[in-house]
Amino acid sequence: MTVRENTDKILAHDAVSADGLPARRHVLDLDDYSRYELESALASTHSMAEVLGRDIKKVPALRGKVVVTLFYEASTRTRVSFEEAGKILSADVINMSATGSSADKGESLLNTGLTLQAMGVDTLVVRHPHAGAPNFLARNLDRVNIVNAGDGLHAHPTQALLDLYTVQSRMGCVEGLKVVIVGDVLHSRVARSGIWGFAKMGARVVLSGPRTLMPLDFVTEAQYHDGVGLASKVEFDPDLDRAVIDADVVMALRLQSERQRGGFLPSIREYIRRWQVNDARLARANPDVLVMHPGPMNEGIEISSGLAHGSRSAIEEQVTAGVAVRMAVLYQLNAGAEE
Amino acid sequence: MTMAQTTRPVLMRRVRLLDAARHTDLVGDILVADGRIVSSGPSVEVAPEACIVIDGEGLVCSPGFIDLHAHLREPGYEYKETIATGAAAAARGGFTTICCMPNTDPPIDSEPMIEFVLRRAREAGLIRVLPIGCITRERKGRELADLEEMAAAGAVAFSDDGDPVQDANLMRMALTYGADLNRPVSNHCQDMLLSADGLMAEGSVATRLGLPGIPPAAEDAMIARDIALAGSTGGKLHVAHVSTVGSVPLVRRAKELGLHVTAEVCPHHLTITDEWAMGGHGSGAGPSEWAYDTSTKVYPPLRSHIDVYALVEGLADGTIDCIATDHAPHDVASKQVTYHDAAFGISVLETALGSIMQLANNGHIPLATLIDRLTAGPARVLGPEYLELASLAPGTPADLVLFDPNEEWTVDSSEFASKGRNTPLDGTKLRGRVVATIAAGRMVHKSSVLSVQEDHDS
Repeated sequence: MTVRENTDKILAHDAVSADGLPARRHVLDLDDYSRYELESALASTHSMAEVLGRDIKKVPALRGKVVVTLFYEASTRTRVSFEEAGKILSADVINMSATGSSADKGESLLNTGLTLQAMGVDTLVVRHPHAGAPNFLARNLDRVNIVNAGDGLHAHPTQALLDLYTVQSRMGCVEGLKVVIVGDVLHSRVARSGIWGFAKMGARVVLSGPRTLMPLDFVTEAQYHDGVGLASKVEFDPDLDRAVIDADVVMALRLQSERQRGGFLPSIREYIRRWQVNDARLARANPDVLVMHPGPMNEGIEISSGLAHGSRSAIEEQVTAGVAVRMAVLYQLNAGAEE
Repeated sequence: MTMAQTTRPVLMRRVRLLDAARHTDLVGDILVADGRIVSSGPSVEVAPEACIVIDGEGLVCSPGFIDLHAHLREPGYEYKETIATGAAAAARGGFTTICCMPNTDPPIDSEPMIEFVLRRAREAGLIRVLPIGCITRERKGRELADLEEMAAAGAVAFSDDGDPVQDANLMRMALTYGADLNRPVSNHCQDMLLSADGLMAEGSVATRLGLPGIPPAAEDAMIARDIALAGSTGGKLHVAHVSTVGSVPLVRRAKELGLHVTAEVCPHHLTITDEWAMGGHGSGAGPSEWAYDTSTKVYPPLRSHIDVYALVEGLADGTIDCIATDHAPHDVASKQVTYHDAAFGISVLETALGSIMQLANNGHIPLATLIDRLTAGPARVLGPEYLELASLAPGTPADLVLFDPNEEWTVDSSEFASKGRNTPLDGTKLRGRVVATIAAGRMVHKSSVLSVQEDHDS
């Protein structure tokens, strides 16, 4: 029995087997996912979550595969969850960070990528401060799968997938939900990928926050640019109290204190008053509203502590889902390519 | 090609003679000898002894193109371009006069530096290279450079291109001082506080790619400031590479007020949009690893269709005086990086005609107008004494371009004479190509498809 058949057998208990996964070389953002592929990824994540729930969390699916995490930015949860995901699937996982590597000596991103490719790396999980760095590696490396673990202001597709998975698990489906994303959308790659994911899955997305922190073209121009734009399901409402009416999901984004110094906001105090996600504000939301945050949180600023740790919070589930989602992504890219 | 061949008289027959400054557009013959145009007109010429005869049927002959804005990188960045390779690229693009920008290392901010450029251009010996001197010493924006000495040595204009003159009072002084030198002062209009860390035009594409945007106001605000300064000083202001829909009415208004304000626009801003940053040559193709095409990174940035239409209209109605390339060659390593790290600039000289010919082919701008903006337009910006470079009149310098308005070709940057292979047009099809370039009576470029008759039997 080949590794793949074995794995497929292990995973075949679920409605959609890994066999049903569309072929894919890179995961750069969710904008090139079809709804079918998103649903397949969520189904595959569900199978992986089952593996995670076992006493012995190990399957041989990616035995003999080499996964390198190449991080040019600090990260805890994303890097650890990729590493854990790879190891549970029996891949050899090697962690590289920019500090203490040849990148410190001025080696270009291209040469670092070519070097890793020459070493036989199968999958490169990349985080980089520059938008498009994973696209750049994907374009220049022909034998390595690229997974974007966050690039500049651009995208964080596995985070968006885990958010979709969390919502689907708790609410039963994503279609038709009202999802309110609150805060610094401009600087949030999580929100940007999330907008794609939620809109493609049929949710209605409402962005709320200071206009200075909104990439407004998502809302205004997108509707006139079919070739470029997002689904017309994305709206902007600066009044959070109005935006949360009947909301099914409210996601608070991290507000970095340097935004005040950058002139985006008059003060953190004013932000809290107008846009903090808290109990009082959610009174007009759907009673079962799900509260999310991609982390790391500034409790007491963008989200109240009570809400973050309350029964409506899905924040811990998001973290758990992160491992399963990354298992599904690594599996989709690596399984089926050979044997 | 030996000197003996190149200095022989050249006769082009049955060619469409397009002399925008004289409103001449007819099919006829043109004869050049000893660096001057001998005759041009409908009458059939008898070829003199040892003449090169070209059958120009189906081809267009116009005065050689004049480019007010090229980066030739020498001294300091010879790995990107030299005056010689830039001149060769210009010849292939149909340009017989180019003005080179002073953002070199060291910058061209003094009389000896102007003389250096002129000497290098003489050594290259292909076309006329006219230096533009810095506005400020070392391009640092703090004090005026030796404008008078540079003008006397041959500087035709002043610019700190690449960096704007941020200090409004210093810009006012440059325009005031430059007024008596009768040289245009050209500013790179960019309010750096507004453009901040922007990498491409603000808009839906920048949002989608997660790249910081440059708001159009960064350009418009600086143009408005400079026009106000030109109005109060009487200086000659030349607005470099306008790119926004908002810039056109500002320049139009300045001209209505009778100010000495001129403007240029680049081929890329007239023909392609920010959507090209998505990859796929602006086809609107979905996102892929081909997004973040660094060859589209340029300042001013590629903008929207709305901006492109406004610029085409401004060029057609004469608000914008001329087309300038902003030829900005780079080495491969400067572009084979993330969009963030990539250098700004496009290598333009060899694709300029082919790309802007779309405007004539699509009926947006008559061919004669387009040629005016490549010849008489830029000559007028430099001053009336340069108009003879934009003429087919007998007695004027034999600076000519011969092009086929219908030849279809595919851009292959590996064939460029320029060292800069950085063009978003690589692999695209263009219609309209330079067939031959004659500078000071010498054939400095001849396409392989052109057959010339070396003897004069006719």
